[in-house]
Amino acid sequence: MKVKNHLAPLHYIAHARTGDKGSRSNISVIAYRKEDFLILQRELTEEKVKAHFEFRNPSAVKRYELPNLQALNFVIDDLLDGGVNLSLNLDSHGKSLSYWLLSMEIDIS
Amino acid sequence: MSDIYRVACAAGFSGDRLGVAKPLVDSLLKSGGPACLIFESLAERTLALAQLERRQNDHLGYEPLLEEMVEPILLDCVQAGIPIVGNFGAANPFAAAAVIARLAKEKNLPKLKIAVVTGDDISGSEYQATINAHLTKSDKGLLERSQLVSANVYLGAKEIANAISSGAQVVVTGRVADPALTVGPLMAHFKRRWDDWNFLASATMAGHLLECGAQVTGGYFADPGYKEVPNLSQVGFPIIEFDAQGNICVTKPEGTGGVVNRLTVTEQLLYELHDPAAYLTPDVVADITQATIHDCGDNRVELIGVKGHPRPDSLKANICIDGGWLAEAEISYAGHHALERAQLAAKIIRDRIGKELTLRVDFIGSSSVFVSDAGEGPVIKPSQSFEDIRLRVAAAHQDRGLAIKVCREVTALYTCGPAGGGGVRTSLKPRLNTLVALIPRDEIKPSYSFYGAGK
Repeated sequence: MKVKNHLAPLHYIAHARTGDKGSRSNISVIAYRKEDFLILQRELTEEKVKAHFEFRNPSAVKRYELPNLQALNFVIDDLLDGGVNLSLNLDSHGKSLSYWLLSMEIDIS
Repeated sequence: MSDIYRVACAAGFSGDRLGVAKPLVDSLLKSGGPACLIFESLAERTLALAQLERRQNDHLGYEPLLEEMVEPILLDCVQAGIPIVGNFGAANPFAAAAVIARLAKEKNLPKLKIAVVTGDDISGSEYQATINAHLTKSDKGLLERSQLVSANVYLGAKEIANAISSGAQVVVTGRVADPALTVGPLMAHFKRRWDDWNFLASATMAGHLLECGAQVTGGYFADPGYKEVPNLSQVGFPIIEFDAQGNICVTKPEGTGGVVNRLTVTEQLLYELHDPAAYLTPDVVADITQATIHDCGDNRVELIGVKGHPRPDSLKANICIDGGWLAEAEISYAGHHALERAQLAAKIIRDRIGKELTLRVDFIGSSSVFVSDAGEGPVIKPSQSFEDIRLRVAAAHQDRGLAIKVCREVTALYTCGPAGGGGVRTSLKPRLNTLVALIPRDEIKPSYSFYGAGK
């Protein structure tokens, strides 16, 4: 593990899947271990997630918490340049974006 | 669990893997209890494309793979009393029913009871005012300036359930909410009231877990070293066991590849879900905030605790309009300074048409033009001093003549661009745009009829 101080990519402790409806994307982030859900809760704020995607100009990020499932669900508005019908991106569904979020460096201490 | 009803799902989208229905049906037969088989093969775009096809030919506009999907299991399902439910009717459910009736005849089956669900298509002129009344002002303007391609309401499960209760052996639908394919058979079997919100919500989430096919059984999940999936090339499609209390068990046929565990089920449960307290469907508002997931055996995972709230007053409609043209063109540059040459090529394209069109430019690469057809040769690593870059340029425009310039200018790079460019591919495709309207429920008239009845 390339862990500097206590920083590590999110994918060390969580997995994720992206879905799309129009230009709105949802990314679920699920802790592998129950105890790491608290780290997700602390580290993955709406503000930080919005900043991580800033280059795609999201208009809003809403976070939903599912402690029973040790998961967070992020709903990100206007992330997909119009969505599957209008986007010029090769990945017009934004399916690969879960792995961009999983690349985010977080404090895992 | 007592009084278990099983639902198996043999397709998660139009174009999904063929040949997966047989192991599902074999597994249902082995289990022996009451069951049904569903095919979910309709996405936002698929229906609009089907509508375009129907306009060209009255006999088309249904799922193109319908015959290959249904043929291998039709006999077994009919003989065992396993209803087949699919939204493979797309834009032309009666034509799909005709295909299935012909298949049955070829197999010397007695005349099948094939139900056709209608009422979702609101593209006719009689609905124009309704659609206009429920669009935002800007979307209304867009619709006025464009050609309407399709307009469909997401119907609920009631017609599917009623058709099965009336003896349907096959139910063909156009646009219904994806979970309705599962909710319909469950409501027909368990005979619950349509205001039993908790039961409807459980059935809906069972349908949600099934509707993407292998996405709950280890498809779309593997990440070597982190999330391992055995035998992914033979991934089994899902089966749900559902009991009278609304408890859900997800599993897959024995001997197939893939995996069902807490992780795969959690990912799929949250797929395309927004507010977990309010998952809106035509039949119920489902709430999974109190739901729990746990492993309960080899490739068996239970979901319990789904709650429900009264259904919404309006139904979602997708209105598809003509969206102009999408032009894409690519060329490869490999070896010394490939990225710089590709960047120069992109600059040339921008200089020539960047003022007329909004261009997107991608620089793609790991291994391509240097390797042999057998895949042998250099694979690019970041530390190496040569590269393998594929330049992609994309643009969209209402005017076909303008959009096609992307294809022409990239092609001209062969002789007018930087050194060593090769492998130009271009494509020009008509584009669709989707608008969403919420239509009051009482303005929509869903119904079903049996194909060939009264003839």
